[in-house]
Amino acid sequence: MTLHVPDEMPTDDPGGPVAATTTARTPRQLAMARLRRDRVAMISVAVIVGFVLLAIFAPLVAHFTGHPVNEQYRQLGLTPEGLPRGPSHTFLLGADQLGRDLLVRLAYGARISLLVGAAAAVASVGLGSLVGLAAGYMGGWTDRILSWLIDSTLSLPFLLFAVSLVSLTGPGLGVTIGVIVLFSWCPVARVIRGQVLSLREREFVEAARSLGASRRRIMAVDILPNVVAPIIVYGTLLVPQAIVFEATLSFLGLGVPPPSATWGTMLGDGAKLYRVAWWLVLFPSAALLFLTLAFNLFGDSLRDAFDPRGLTRLRRRK
Amino acid sequence: MSRFIARRVLSALLTLFAISVLIFVLFYVVPNNPARTIAGPQAKLEVVEQIQRRLGLDRPILERYLKFAKGLLHGDLGYSYFNQRSVRETILTRLPVTASVALGASVMWMLVGIPIGVASAKRPGSWRDRVGTVFVLIGLSFPPFVFGLLLLYFLYFRLTLLGIEWFPAAGYVGLTDDPFQWARHMILPWISVAFLTAATYARLTRGQMLEVLGEDYIRTARAKGLSERRVVYRHGLRSAITPLFTQFGLDVAILLGGLVVTEQIFGLPGIGKLAVDSVTKNDQPVVIGVVLLAALFVVVANVVVDVGYAFLDARVRVD
Repeated sequence: MTLHVPDEMPTDDPGGPVAATTTARTPRQLAMARLRRDRVAMISVAVIVGFVLLAIFAPLVAHFTGHPVNEQYRQLGLTPEGLPRGPSHTFLLGADQLGRDLLVRLAYGARISLLVGAAAAVASVGLGSLVGLAAGYMGGWTDRILSWLIDSTLSLPFLLFAVSLVSLTGPGLGVTIGVIVLFSWCPVARVIRGQVLSLREREFVEAARSLGASRRRIMAVDILPNVVAPIIVYGTLLVPQAIVFEATLSFLGLGVPPPSATWGTMLGDGAKLYRVAWWLVLFPSAALLFLTLAFNLFGDSLRDAFDPRGLTRLRRRK
Repeated sequence: MSRFIARRVLSALLTLFAISVLIFVLFYVVPNNPARTIAGPQAKLEVVEQIQRRLGLDRPILERYLKFAKGLLHGDLGYSYFNQRSVRETILTRLPVTASVALGASVMWMLVGIPIGVASAKRPGSWRDRVGTVFVLIGLSFPPFVFGLLLLYFLYFRLTLLGIEWFPAAGYVGLTDDPFQWARHMILPWISVAFLTAATYARLTRGQMLEVLGEDYIRTARAKGLSERRVVYRHGLRSAITPLFTQFGLDVAILLGGLVVTEQIFGLPGIGKLAVDSVTKNDQPVVIGVVLLAALFVVVANVVVDVGYAFLDARVRVD
């Protein structure tokens, strides 16, 4: 932050001199301390880290089970009638409709989910912050046009639009991420714009302007650091949304195309066979649910930690 | 007030115009040859050119857009590439299914979400509040299609195995054919669409109610001896409910998304399923028709909500 407050600076606090043992902490340190005390947040982090490890070491899972991700075990994994076999010693979580190991595919699916979640969240937050910053700080026609763009995009039935966009390009990993970003940057832009609107009237911005700082410099150096907290919180909450979005598209057969193992595709296949193979629905569902729940809970805790009084209000419209 | 409505309608028209241009450009201008799609990959060049002429694809872009827009204004959405049926007819025959799901689900999420929010706000920290919070968290984290699948597995498949045939697997029965069967086939789709949104509403209602119940006039209402029930529902809920109204406008877009997935899971021949099927077949006129209709619906819903909100809350009109 540019306007760094020195530790020994006198404050308005009428309480008198602070006890010598107290050390000054920056807001960020305070937030981190609050976060570490939050048990829900720590459990969520553990779950997220667990899934990340599963994704990274997916080849190891394949190695230890001895089942490569796309290998079809027609004899071992399928019954003579051609139906998948349930959980057993050979296939810990059962086999899918082509006789592939569900556990291995689940691990590889975590890679796609986390990759899409992270990439889409970073890109949406980047684009959203940029647009929000520009709209909020520049004002005037820039603001009017950008705000209209934000509102219009927000009012689109995004899943239908996403589906129709996929019909033009054909499904793919890049397309999936692109489509998610296209519909995810708007809420971020709106929140950042609101914050910037009030920040730009503050004294330190005025001071920077009077010193002759350029608009770009003020936005980057003075305003941006002050909206980092909502950006981080929103980024975290966008990850589960993007994961669900990808899973939904893949479920409809319009996301990441086979033979890539993704949770959405696995659920889409499982949906046809749930009467005979419950494991095909239950395990991918559980993975998806735990991962998104962990991210949502962590995002909420993060928000509380950064602003105990509640950034919650920003989430509301108007 | 009339100036506010006029401005709001004007901006909605602008949005619709922009959407129609966007769709037109995406589907007809960007390298993407519908004639090739119809003729198939093996077709001779002459055949493709002939189809192009028949569809008017050889005309200048502006002329084509004007023709496209003129068709839209007359409610003419063209014909399906595959069965030559009018897109409008196709959509209209499927509309009742989608409307059944959407209306029932909206009623259900209001009836579930708002009371949970109110109950939570009445005594923050009580066991009811905690149960409510858990409901909200689960609801917000459940991907809608996962929830639908689990409903299908447990409430239809497991129960039917046990001999309890309360819920059917899939399919649609017209309301006019058999109201009871209609409701029976609709109940699982309703729950699966409403669950997530009910959680949003419970959360929103709780926040609003907590704020309102701290106001002075609520204390006054209590002081003059009104029953708690009357204080909470008549005095409290009435002012807490206005922001929910705006939320409803936003949720229409989300609702339409939820319908796409739900219709797929429960095998309902509605508009969402039509969209997915048409995308898989690359039947562009139908895809365009569905998207445009959905956009129109969302934009109109938002205008209605904004105008309604302005009626309820005079402060909105000023800005």
